[in-house]
Amino acid sequence: MSFPWAEHYTPKHPLMQWVDEKLPLPRLVYNAIGAGYPVPRNLNYFWNFGVLAGLALVIQIVTGVIMAMHYGANDLVAFGTVEQTMRDVNGGWLMRYAHANGASFFFIVVYLHIFRGLFYGSYKAPREMVWLLGLVIFLLMMATAFMGYVLPWGQMSYWGAKVITGLFGAIPVVGEPIQTWLLGGFAPGNAALNRFFSLHFLLPFVIAGVIILHIWALHIPGSSNPTGVDVKGPQDTVPFHPYYTAKDGFGVGVFLILFSILLFFAPNYLGHPDNYIEANPLSTPAHIVPEWYFWPFYAILRAFTVDFFFVPAKLLGVLAMFASILLLFFLPWLDTSPVRSGNYRPTFKKFFWILILDVLILGYCGGAPAEEPYVMISQVAAAYYFAHFLIILPLVSRFEKPLPLPGSITESVLNRHNIKGEEDALPGMGADPQPSHAG
Amino acid sequence: MVRIGAFLVGLFFAGWLLISFLMGAVAYISEPPQPTVEHEFHLAPKHVSFSFDGPFGKYDKQQLQRGFQVFKEVCSACHSLKFVAFRDLEALGYNEAEVKAIAKQWAIKTPDVDPKTGEVAGRDPVPADHFPKPFANNVAAAAANNNAIPPDLSLMTKARHHGSAYVYSLLTGYQAQPAELLKQFPDAKTPEGLHYNPYFANLNLAMAPPLTAEGQVTYGDGTKASVDQMAKDVAAFLTWTAEPKLENRRAAGLATLVFLAIATALAYMAYQNIWADKKKAA
Repeated sequence: MSFPWAEHYTPKHPLMQWVDEKLPLPRLVYNAIGAGYPVPRNLNYFWNFGVLAGLALVIQIVTGVIMAMHYGANDLVAFGTVEQTMRDVNGGWLMRYAHANGASFFFIVVYLHIFRGLFYGSYKAPREMVWLLGLVIFLLMMATAFMGYVLPWGQMSYWGAKVITGLFGAIPVVGEPIQTWLLGGFAPGNAALNRFFSLHFLLPFVIAGVIILHIWALHIPGSSNPTGVDVKGPQDTVPFHPYYTAKDGFGVGVFLILFSILLFFAPNYLGHPDNYIEANPLSTPAHIVPEWYFWPFYAILRAFTVDFFFVPAKLLGVLAMFASILLLFFLPWLDTSPVRSGNYRPTFKKFFWILILDVLILGYCGGAPAEEPYVMISQVAAAYYFAHFLIILPLVSRFEKPLPLPGSITESVLNRHNIKGEEDALPGMGADPQPSHAG
Repeated sequence: MVRIGAFLVGLFFAGWLLISFLMGAVAYISEPPQPTVEHEFHLAPKHVSFSFDGPFGKYDKQQLQRGFQVFKEVCSACHSLKFVAFRDLEALGYNEAEVKAIAKQWAIKTPDVDPKTGEVAGRDPVPADHFPKPFANNVAAAAANNNAIPPDLSLMTKARHHGSAYVYSLLTGYQAQPAELLKQFPDAKTPEGLHYNPYFANLNLAMAPPLTAEGQVTYGDGTKASVDQMAKDVAAFLTWTAEPKLENRRAAGLATLVFLAIATALAYMAYQNIWADKKKAA
């Protein structure tokens, strides 16, 4: 697909030849995630998270479809049917806990996947479309997760739905009609629960579709790599199978071990106790907080406490929260540095780690009650978040002097091995190895 | 164009946030937030150890039976347990006949229709029935309890932070309002009909102390029924009602982890093996 030296699919068995003539599906798979896809040989473990996110989606769909068999999407019985699934369905507790914690693991691996892309400049030309489609997947995931959290119809489900749909009410004039239309009523109720269930079942398959586009777009330029240097020839790549299928196999094992520890030994650790209380429209919880993966965005939403002339603070918060994600769509054109990898961008690298710290602080404040000093901290952190992407990054990419890049992927691999002191004589190795990074 | 627009948007959001921060900081310094009575006097649950603590702990069936006895003789007068069925009690070590007898002798009847006349009437519960509710509806529950509805207890230990310790602390935490509190917050006197308990979120709750005297229940296994013991036993019982599959979950988890450890080690060796030639020579 991507490089002329890619291995070609040649079915040997007559049956496979027959299938290939009628429907070249095995050929498609071979070229997408088999030996027919040449991949840079120097990928590190951060390149495992795409496959892990795919696995997380499969776990969610399998456990979710089984849960749906036992779920009653009606506000009078929903909470009870989820409890019944936990108690009276064979293995129901496993499906339920796997689904709830699976959502968290899906977000953990997707966040690592996104930050991998941010650090190594995976969003830059020629991979802009891969990045944009990835953001579409992320938005769909957020919508799916939000609606899924409403389904057990606990206190946090109900009040979370009320707060988030209430955000639309901040839009002037048309806001309240939109909110009523979205909910099918003035407050979350049976109508809202039913449509959320329907959409929660639909969207994962939409995500699966966009993932196909994401991988398709990726295969046109081929995968990026930790040096950010383009593939120059066959010596720079290895076939996806068996090299990266083997590495991903190990990654999947580690992922499942960590997932199992949470799932079997602390399944409620990431959840909120209030969601074990059935939804009660007459009793507001002391602190309404979303699931942890929304905390940074929730902190941005709540950071706006002062009206801007005629624009109410609530509307500003809503706009900022959406802007905090939408600005990522412009990233390929905000960061104009031709150097992709953060390893060769000393100034960028410093700001990148500040951003990581900033997002963690935002996350902490988003999970904390809306009191001081958390609001003040999230105001500073949110200000940095916007400044980072919209002001600092374009300036850094303009004025930064990047470090010298390795001549090729192969050169960087050999160089790395030499630094480790491996003295193997390497055919085809350049006479002067790349100087190691200064500073 | 994109970068100019981005710069202006960034400047607006970041600038307005910093202005909001400064206004907030000035307000915070000029008028520091007053501590609330809940903030000052609410206590985190006491430390208490249970047989099911830790990753491999198991329920103590004797304790669960004692806790069930406390629930039956004390709590069930006001609190429902709607997600638990009598048949589930077999997990506590009761046999089928005992469960049948417990259901039949339950003080509250299961609402049903008379199969001959169609009239609504109560009947003796059978093992397949869930625990019947003590009040016909929330209005009746509130009317009988000074306007507070006694919550269902099936999930109580999962519906509070550190739920098992919380239930134990609440049941043993009733006390007179500290003089210190009234001195600091003269308006915070516990209202008539409520009871002071620092383990409760807003410090005053409608439930009167339910466990008051040693020997309030008589344990069949000879354990001394101190208030502390009864509170601990019923907290253990309610942990089981909230998480009846806890032991299955932990056993399955251990088996899964052993399997995954072996599989992951093999996957790592396969990975190293496949890459061996690439790591040495180009």
